[in-house]
Amino acid sequence: MTAFARAFATGRWLPLYALVVGPFRENPGRTVLAIAAIALGVALGVAVHLVNSSALNEFELAARHLAGEADLVVRGPRAGFDEALYARLSRLPQVEAANPALELDVPLAGRQDSLKIIGFDPLRAAQVQPALLPERRGLVSDLFDADAILLSPAATEWLGLKPGDELRIHVGTRTLALNVAGVLPQGAYRQRIGVMDIASAQWRLERLGRLNRIDLRLNSGTDLEAFRRALQAMLPLGVHAATPETEGERGANLTRAYRLNLDMLALIALFTGAFLVFSSQVLALLRRRTQFALLRTIGVTRGALAAQLVAEGAVIGVAGGALGVLLGYALAYYALSLVGADLGAGYFRSIAASLHAEPQALALFFALGVLYAVLGAAAPAWEAARRAPAPALRAGDEEEGLRNLRTLSWGIAAIAAGLLLALAPAINDLPIAGYVSIALILLGAVLVMPRLAEACLDRLPLPSRAPAAIAIAQLKATPRQAAISVAAIVISVSLMVSMLIMVSSFRTSLEAWLERMLPADLYLRAARFGETAFLTPEEQARIAATPGVERAEFIRSQNLLLAPERPPVTLLAGPVEAGTVEKLLPLTGPSYVPRANEPPPVWVSEVAADFYRLRTGDRVRLPIGDTPLLYTVAGIWRDYARQNGAIAMNRGLYVQITGDRLVNDTALWLAKGTSLADAQRALRGRLPEAAIEIATTREVREISLKIFDRTFAITYALEIAAVLIGLFGVSVSFSAQALARRREFGVLRHIGMTRLEIGAMLGCEGALLAALGTAFGLAVGWVVSLILIHVVNRQSFHWSMEMQIPWLPLAGLAAIIVAAAVATAVCSGRAAMREDVIRAVREDW
Amino acid sequence: MVPGYRLRFPHDEGSHPDFRLEWWYVTGWLNEASKPLGFQITFFRARPELNHDNPSAFTPRQIMIAHAALSDPFRGRLIHAQRAARQGFGLAGADRGRTGAWIYDWRLEQAGDSYHARITGRQLSMELGFAVTQPPLNQGQEGYSRKGPAPEHASYYYSLPHLKVSGTIARDGAPKAVTGSAWLDHEWSSSYMAEQAVGWDWIGINLADGGALMAFRMRDQQGGSFWAGGALRHPDGRLKVFLPDEVRFVPRREWRSARTGTTYPVSFLVRAGDREFAIEPLFDDQEHDTRASTGTIYWEGAVRALRDGKAVGLGYLELTGYWRRVEL
Repeated sequence: MTAFARAFATGRWLPLYALVVGPFRENPGRTVLAIAAIALGVALGVAVHLVNSSALNEFELAARHLAGEADLVVRGPRAGFDEALYARLSRLPQVEAANPALELDVPLAGRQDSLKIIGFDPLRAAQVQPALLPERRGLVSDLFDADAILLSPAATEWLGLKPGDELRIHVGTRTLALNVAGVLPQGAYRQRIGVMDIASAQWRLERLGRLNRIDLRLNSGTDLEAFRRALQAMLPLGVHAATPETEGERGANLTRAYRLNLDMLALIALFTGAFLVFSSQVLALLRRRTQFALLRTIGVTRGALAAQLVAEGAVIGVAGGALGVLLGYALAYYALSLVGADLGAGYFRSIAASLHAEPQALALFFALGVLYAVLGAAAPAWEAARRAPAPALRAGDEEEGLRNLRTLSWGIAAIAAGLLLALAPAINDLPIAGYVSIALILLGAVLVMPRLAEACLDRLPLPSRAPAAIAIAQLKATPRQAAISVAAIVISVSLMVSMLIMVSSFRTSLEAWLERMLPADLYLRAARFGETAFLTPEEQARIAATPGVERAEFIRSQNLLLAPERPPVTLLAGPVEAGTVEKLLPLTGPSYVPRANEPPPVWVSEVAADFYRLRTGDRVRLPIGDTPLLYTVAGIWRDYARQNGAIAMNRGLYVQITGDRLVNDTALWLAKGTSLADAQRALRGRLPEAAIEIATTREVREISLKIFDRTFAITYALEIAAVLIGLFGVSVSFSAQALARRREFGVLRHIGMTRLEIGAMLGCEGALLAALGTAFGLAVGWVVSLILIHVVNRQSFHWSMEMQIPWLPLAGLAAIIVAAAVATAVCSGRAAMREDVIRAVREDW
Repeated sequence: MVPGYRLRFPHDEGSHPDFRLEWWYVTGWLNEASKPLGFQITFFRARPELNHDNPSAFTPRQIMIAHAALSDPFRGRLIHAQRAARQGFGLAGADRGRTGAWIYDWRLEQAGDSYHARITGRQLSMELGFAVTQPPLNQGQEGYSRKGPAPEHASYYYSLPHLKVSGTIARDGAPKAVTGSAWLDHEWSSSYMAEQAVGWDWIGINLADGGALMAFRMRDQQGGSFWAGGALRHPDGRLKVFLPDEVRFVPRREWRSARTGTTYPVSFLVRAGDREFAIEPLFDDQEHDTRASTGTIYWEGAVRALRDGKAVGLGYLELTGYWRRVEL
């Protein structure tokens, strides 16, 4: 006899046996499903969290490394600020060293991507960012060559270049070859970056006289915050001084809402998992009712019994949690290597992250898994332990046990509170109230379900055919048990329905928006990626004079830094005018036409309006050009393309203020009879082909929709997981119920019903329950989708959308759920009858 | 570089930006009677060879580099600071027509008959005035100082010995008044080092009798001298310029730096013409790590000149090219 078996036999392992082996042996499928559900929920939470924190960690590290030992980073928009500011800051007595810099994303030739290039003074870097200096001293003087660039190890690997090679980039529509002079020290900067001398960068990237970043190291003893405030007062509008920590936090701010969204989806998966534990535990406990009553009569106390039952839930939670953490870790690892650190949403496009594990976060998700499982087991355990032993020993007591679930008033209260909370504003820029509101409504739906199910079942007429009649009679007689199955279905269906409605609303709104934003036939731009591509006035004239081009409209895209902790807002200077703006921009309200003595109009996107608290009619000072001027907010428009906000203005006005005649994008209308292909050919013949991108309206639409789908890919995946867990719940409750009713099946067989007829009866029950659940699920899902669209989405991403109900997919979904329920019910009935059900009748005596 | 150019003062005390390399080098002894200290303040101007004409205001047409170091025997090694910056925006540069070199708030400038230097930093700050007491000493042939057998390897070079120093020095705290005597070298060139040169040894000594001695030798890969030079100005103003074979540096003692593993001959017997001086350092570890600015490590320290065991002068010894070949 092995030591284990001996220990087992002598009873030392009895608690283990009672907690794990016993319930497991009794119903392995149910236990495995419950563990799997918890594991899946925990795994999703862990994976989403790990990937996000790895990306953020990498983002912060990159910002930190770039700032080196700087105490403050002064930053301007892409167009930068006058370099004279550098001389002024250098002379401040508190400044020990200042490093002037240009930081730009530069489009790469022959590659649909860009590389971040920082041009700075390597001599100043010795004091401010010593780690970013090449190890070999001679490289600093090599860097004085106008075409020299140093690459980080990550960049050389990514580009497949080595010292001595050429790096080809686009500036304007020209292709430029830089010479890779060397590689930065390993570990100095983990992301892709190129380093140039500031003079070369200004010249080669066509930014003479401009800087967009200055890193400051302060004399020891300087009060950082006081100096930062004083400095901010002397900086031009649109130029901000921030600590490197704030710099690093920008990544966190940018993705906060998106991350919370994913976390919530993971928590919903966990929640459905907990519900699964709850429903299966309720039914299992009902089945073991006589067993517990016996335990009570032989002296086991209520407390001990309840503790034992809760411990069973905890064991499921521990197993599921541990499995989930491992699974989540593996998922995160694969997501990072396959999907990338941004989970497809485009926030950290060029960040390469390695998995960054946080033990406390892993522990938290593990604890959540255990907690949910324990909570799922606690209510039924308490209920089972409370019952007086004598009545529980009798057959048919199951329904009695559920009578005490007086939940209607609590449910109505939860729903009411949820609806009220939906009106609350964002907390700390996050739609926390919205999420709580959804949770309360779902909880309320579960709580009102017993009474609601009872009321509905009461009104059902009894059909004449035996199996259906017995099915309905059975449901009418045990409405509370039925309610548990219905509630499981309601939860999964409502989640699924709400997501479906939201995504479909978003996609439909996006399509309508693209239609509106892309009125022309062809779109031409200088490079899709990067910040140094543009079209000169001469090239613009050439484009406009291309045969077959009837009309060309040009758009200049710049950015403005309106707050240090936020990424810059896009400035679009195009053909918009006060009178005709409705034709070009999808305004969300009426446009305001400024009077002659009022500042000129700008139109801000919903995102920018939310971030900077702007309303139509407001006046706002914007740092466009070197002297900030006042503008009138003439309207708010919907913009799905620029997540950090956009401001549109008339290009004639922009040129007048800034003198900048370059453009980035061109919308082209073709003359009648000119084919798209002919026009594209003619345009390519007139411009440097390598550096421009021409796309038809259809292609632009397709690209945009593809980006949309990629952004939502991870959302879809999480949603499907939540729904699957929900369906597990349904099937578990059906099979548990079927098992519990073996005696009943035996009686039915005794009185002459065939197995087929019992199957039909079960199918009927399943169909009824599923239909009931789906109907309520659709209703609850619709309410939740309203909150998702108008509260959660609006507060997370700051853009509005029209509600669009996808009738056909919803109908299909409903049909699948009912069919799945019927199939599960019949299958579990078959499985229950596989044993000798006739003998099961005797179990009672 | 051509012989026969006649140095003009104060014009040639200013910058010569057409030459590739230029330096103003002040070394001296302070508080000699009580607690002696050595100090060095140097401003370099270098013109990188650019293969383009970049219109950017940041184009590094001239690079300014400055070193400052204090030799305190109680400390046992140098307290030093360095800066490097490109000329431009008025933040760093060198004036023409008179001495004036600066990098941010560090500066060395001429005002009438005296000079003023200012060095600021976390560990070391110096504010020193230098009063001229003797006329410039033109080195080599009337200021044309050859550094090798080929005539193009040379510099224009004059010295100002016996500068009277007064000012303050602050080390990690309150400034303390100091006085002493210093030596200023100003040298500019476009081709300083011959191909075979790896570095040089140099001394500049203010002799106690009012005389001034400068001697140097250029070393090759094997450590031997392939060129030498120097001059002795007597207290009465008579100048003796030495031919290459009249100057000899004989190492007497070596010191090895544990930090860099470099071995320097910190004590010499220097023969110049018919005179011979023993050169002994104030202390051994006066190694100067300037990798962050000039990219080199050298030894630059306060020394005493002894004759028959008796101190007859105070000055500085410079040992370059012992770590790696000097790249100018």
